[in-house]
Amino acid sequence: MKRQVPLVLCFVFGIVMILTQFSPHSVSQWVYEEVISWVLIIGPFALVLATVTLIQTHTARIRRRTEHWQYSFVVFAGLIIMVLIGIFFTPQNSVFEWLYNNVQLPMDATMFSLLAFFIASAAYRAFRARTFEASLLLITALIVMMGNVPVGDFIWNKVLFWTPWEDGVSWWRQWILDNPNLSARRGIILGVSLGVISQSIRIILGIERSYLGGGD
Amino acid sequence: MIKTTQWIVVTLVLCLSVSVAFSQGLAPPSNVTAVDTPNDDGSSITIKWDAAVEGSGISGYQILRRIADGELETIGALLPADAATYVDSAIEKGTAYTYIVRAVGETEATVDSEQTPLVEGTGEWFHTGKIPLLIAMLLFSAAILWNIYDARSGKDIFVRRIPGLEAVDEAIGRATEMGRSILYSTGMAGVSGVATIASMTILGQVARRTADYETALRVPCRDPIVLNVVREMVKTAYLEEGRPDAYNEDDIFFITESQFAYAAGVEGMMLREKPAAIFLQGTFYAESLILAETGNSVGAIQIAGTDSEHQLPFFIAACDYTLIGEELYAASAYLSREPMLLGSLRGQDWGKLLIFAAIVLGVVLELSGVSWITTLLQRVS
Repeated sequence: MKRQVPLVLCFVFGIVMILTQFSPHSVSQWVYEEVISWVLIIGPFALVLATVTLIQTHTARIRRRTEHWQYSFVVFAGLIIMVLIGIFFTPQNSVFEWLYNNVQLPMDATMFSLLAFFIASAAYRAFRARTFEASLLLITALIVMMGNVPVGDFIWNKVLFWTPWEDGVSWWRQWILDNPNLSARRGIILGVSLGVISQSIRIILGIERSYLGGGD
Repeated sequence: MIKTTQWIVVTLVLCLSVSVAFSQGLAPPSNVTAVDTPNDDGSSITIKWDAAVEGSGISGYQILRRIADGELETIGALLPADAATYVDSAIEKGTAYTYIVRAVGETEATVDSEQTPLVEGTGEWFHTGKIPLLIAMLLFSAAILWNIYDARSGKDIFVRRIPGLEAVDEAIGRATEMGRSILYSTGMAGVSGVATIASMTILGQVARRTADYETALRVPCRDPIVLNVVREMVKTAYLEEGRPDAYNEDDIFFITESQFAYAAGVEGMMLREKPAAIFLQGTFYAESLILAETGNSVGAIQIAGTDSEHQLPFFIAACDYTLIGEELYAASAYLSREPMLLGSLRGQDWGKLLIFAAIVLGVVLELSGVSWITTLLQRVS
């Protein structure tokens, strides 16, 4: 029974939600929006549980004095300060906004900026021309990178001025992006879309039920 | 007496307007129709008329409407002279309206069309424009269902080798031998994301093996609902393997919903705990490379899988194995080898074959100057 009820609900709601995509009637749209809003109701309850696990995890870290356990106090400080200000003075409060704009946003931006260094190190490994495929990747990447900066066309026009093409590196960059790159991307998207439909059918029919807590 | 005077003045003004209009050759809009907009929820009415020909002196159109016994009111802004359609989306459901299209001349003179019959907006239960989509969906679903049914007979179904999934046992074995943990991320999407469900399915299979090998499985979550589902899944996997004692609820925990804070948290875990194997399965965004490169720097064997095509190059560059797009969805069938799941994979391939045939046919027809298949696909999209 514990397994059957979720499976029946999954089947009924799965079919209903598919049908709503083919019906523009206001009743159909109401059903769709209503079901979506039920999902939003579950969220806050789950968030409470999640916050409890966060507190438990960091309490355990402090108790066990694991490596860098002192940082757990920073987690608690951030959590308590933001929650208290948010509850008692609303998120529109100037202190809350200041903390968000001057603490959280810069930290997010810092993490995002790290990507530049990670891209450099990943590119170094990926572009080492040790095989035919890696060499092809290196040449393609060079063309695309040069095509993205104005100096690329400047160099092309100075060095390869005898070729019939002006701004050739930009042209080749665009050709690579519009043809081989786009074709490969569309191939992947088609495969993903079919995979999503197949997975959805398996879930709706109850064939794929591992998300309920077990494989059978 | 006053009424009679007013009547005469109004009549004279009307006559003057009409005479001015006709003197300019301003013809009233013809073939004016007002119909309930098809394939909508009944919230609009479409008004159509014949577009003005060049040199007609018309500079624009104004739409007027009224309810059965009400006043005539102007709706919307002045439409350009080449307009021939107007969709009135400001109607009340269940109320009938009648419309007049007023042509406005270059000298501000106006002339009205005939009044349309009363029309009411009604919602349709079925979107007729989506019939080709429905047919394609039914065909594809039928192919999958037939193959699932066929697979129940016990036929052997061939599935090509997927190195990323073959390496799952190797990664878990390596972690066991090294006595280190396994880190599993289900990605950034919520529980309603199909990629997250696929990721959780793989996690279930991984949990069964870690239960057998008594290897620590750490799952940092970004979504609170995913956290609860994952805990239940892993717990059941350990129970079914007869190792409930090895299950540690604290190993599956919530970090934060913030994208880069989550990345920072997982990155910190990688650097502190140095897991021997890292699984990055699900939907990822800009943080994909931050996670994959950090995992690479600690020397972990990394198996990634995502349906976010923009993140695939980063995973391919930084991870040992990558499940590309659909391979992520094939994982549950591949790992469990359950005939019905394998059957659905073959159905998926039939769908691909169908699309491939449509592409080839479309290219051949386009080259021959026939474009009905392209037009049909454009209409569906």
